[in-house]
Amino acid sequence: MFDRDRWQEIWSSLAKNKVRTLLTAFGVFWGIFMLMIMLGSGIGLQNGVTNGMGDMATNSVFMWTRPTTEPYKGLPRNRRFYFRNEDIKALIDNIEELDIISPRLEGGGRRSGDNVVYKKNTAAFSIFGDYPEWNLIDPANIIKGRFINDIDIAEARKVAVIGQRVYEVLFEKDEDPLGKYIRINGVYFQVVGVFKPKNSNINFGGDKEQSIHLPFTTLQQAYNYGNIVGWFALTSKGDLPVSIVQDKAIKLLKERHKVSPDDARAIGSFNLDKEFRQMTGLFTGIKALIWIVGIGTLLAGVIGISNIMLVIVKERTNEIGIMRALGASPAKVISQIVSESVVLTTIAGYAGLVAGVFLIELINKNLPDAASQDTMFLNPHIDFQVALTALLIIVVSGVLAGLVPAKRAVSIRPIDALRYE
Amino acid sequence: MALFMIILLPAKSGSHFNNTMMITLNNIHKTYETGSNSLHVLKGIDLEVGAGEMVAVMGSSGSGKSTLLNILGLLDRHDLGDYYLDGKLIKDMNETKAALLRNKFLGFVFQSFNLISFKNAAENVALPLYYQGVSRRSRNKLAMEYLERVGLLPWAAHLPNELSGGQKQRLAIARALIGKPKVILADEPTGALDSTTSGEVMDLFQEINQTGITLIIVTHEKDIAHKTQRIIKLRDGLIDTDHKNGHAKPITKAIVSL
Repeated sequence: MFDRDRWQEIWSSLAKNKVRTLLTAFGVFWGIFMLMIMLGSGIGLQNGVTNGMGDMATNSVFMWTRPTTEPYKGLPRNRRFYFRNEDIKALIDNIEELDIISPRLEGGGRRSGDNVVYKKNTAAFSIFGDYPEWNLIDPANIIKGRFINDIDIAEARKVAVIGQRVYEVLFEKDEDPLGKYIRINGVYFQVVGVFKPKNSNINFGGDKEQSIHLPFTTLQQAYNYGNIVGWFALTSKGDLPVSIVQDKAIKLLKERHKVSPDDARAIGSFNLDKEFRQMTGLFTGIKALIWIVGIGTLLAGVIGISNIMLVIVKERTNEIGIMRALGASPAKVISQIVSESVVLTTIAGYAGLVAGVFLIELINKNLPDAASQDTMFLNPHIDFQVALTALLIIVVSGVLAGLVPAKRAVSIRPIDALRYE
Repeated sequence: MALFMIILLPAKSGSHFNNTMMITLNNIHKTYETGSNSLHVLKGIDLEVGAGEMVAVMGSSGSGKSTLLNILGLLDRHDLGDYYLDGKLIKDMNETKAALLRNKFLGFVFQSFNLISFKNAAENVALPLYYQGVSRRSRNKLAMEYLERVGLLPWAAHLPNELSGGQKQRLAIARALIGKPKVILADEPTGALDSTTSGEVMDLFQEINQTGITLIIVTHEKDIAHKTQRIIKLRDGLIDTDHKNGHAKPITKAIVSL
């Protein structure tokens, strides 16, 4: 297999027409190169998107109220209603699959202009009333101080956890915000923490960096929301599908608020799990498409090699005839031609593989750091396993590309091969 | 069509001649089908060639002499009749077996030399041994020996296109010899050579024949045929005449030391 004559044969036949060999090899090179680039980019895109929601509790469902669309129990349609504090306990008591419940209330003021003031700085930010559990639903990095805790809720303390951007806008550079008071819609709150969002690709009305978390109870009391709850974020226990919680919660809340069971619109909900699954499916689809396109490109290259091998075999008909007259068996001739094809595809394919991986790594190096978060493209790379698979495909396709011309070479009678001009 | 001439060995070569038949042909037919036409080239050849004979096959073009040689060389298949090579019936032979037999029993010399252009002289000579699976080292050693025998040792590293016609043919002969064949088949070996080099090549063939190797030479040149011991003339696919060559010339000079 590895003796010198064999390599001499391979080299001499490939070197006979260098330009043509090079162009053919380029076909395979390009096929593998594109496959690698696409696979790497696909992974980069997937990483980018999923990283933007990586820590998000994906088994969560969000629900809110809307005007009713059905009259029920003597109540008219188009009636507005609100979730109430009592619903929290009712949900916990009645739905055993429920794991985390985080009621939320959105404070107004942002739309009417600058609602937050510190010293001379004013700006408009989103205001949320939250329970400590919120940080389990949509975790954030607390870069200074702390998040809202149970005592804040119990005592309805006037404390605020501010987003990174809020801090940058309101405070001087290097100024310690902790313990400082900011005025939100006319009420003073003490800053106890600064956070940086992790899941930047999932937002709830506005950039999370530009939002302020207040204790849920404080927001209700300070701005006269009574016992209104804006919306619920719920998660299911363990591996249970969150749709169970979703169905049960909607049923329960409809009963409690005298909403017709047939009213599909009155309680809005968003099942993140379902969306997440769809996205995962999308990526699987993209991956499949990449392989199909990539293999197609590769196939074109391999067919090119097969073609060129046919030409080479035709050119060398006489030479093959001599070899056979001297006693080269058909198996020997076939293995000779197949190994030429394998050598050509392997070298070209491996070069494509290396070039593709190199480019992907180069892109990866030059991408903004993952910490900057705001990216849809992150850490593109090619798994070793994928590279190995690609290499296997190259070698196998090299064999296939060589087999057709090789069979042709031995199908000619030796005497015809000898006479061939 | 084809003329076959068979010349019996002169007495001095008789020591190499044993009574076994190297080649026996019984009623060999060959027809070429080309589209709707069929060409009946060999119409029943009966022939015996003893081991160690040196035979010339003559005939006008189209007489079937090359076809006969190709069938003898297992490069082509006959349609009808029996062909015994060294007592073995050649029948239903697949290409792998034929390749093995060609490699072990037969040596070929062609008019157009059929050397491999990108291999140097030594590598060309060693090629049959490569297909026998002989190691590179002993292959090269043997190749040098045979190059020396045909007087081409100084040209061992030269490519075929750097050699003259006579040198090329001697190189081809060395290649045919290296596998230690029992029969050497030569198809117009002097067809591309001038008369001086033709003479040299024929002298070389006579030397080879003296070592006991059977030689069958296809030629249309009378003076070449007359250097053999038996001349067979083919005509229209049949043996026309087959007689000992009374004018077999003795070897003029030894151009190589065999």
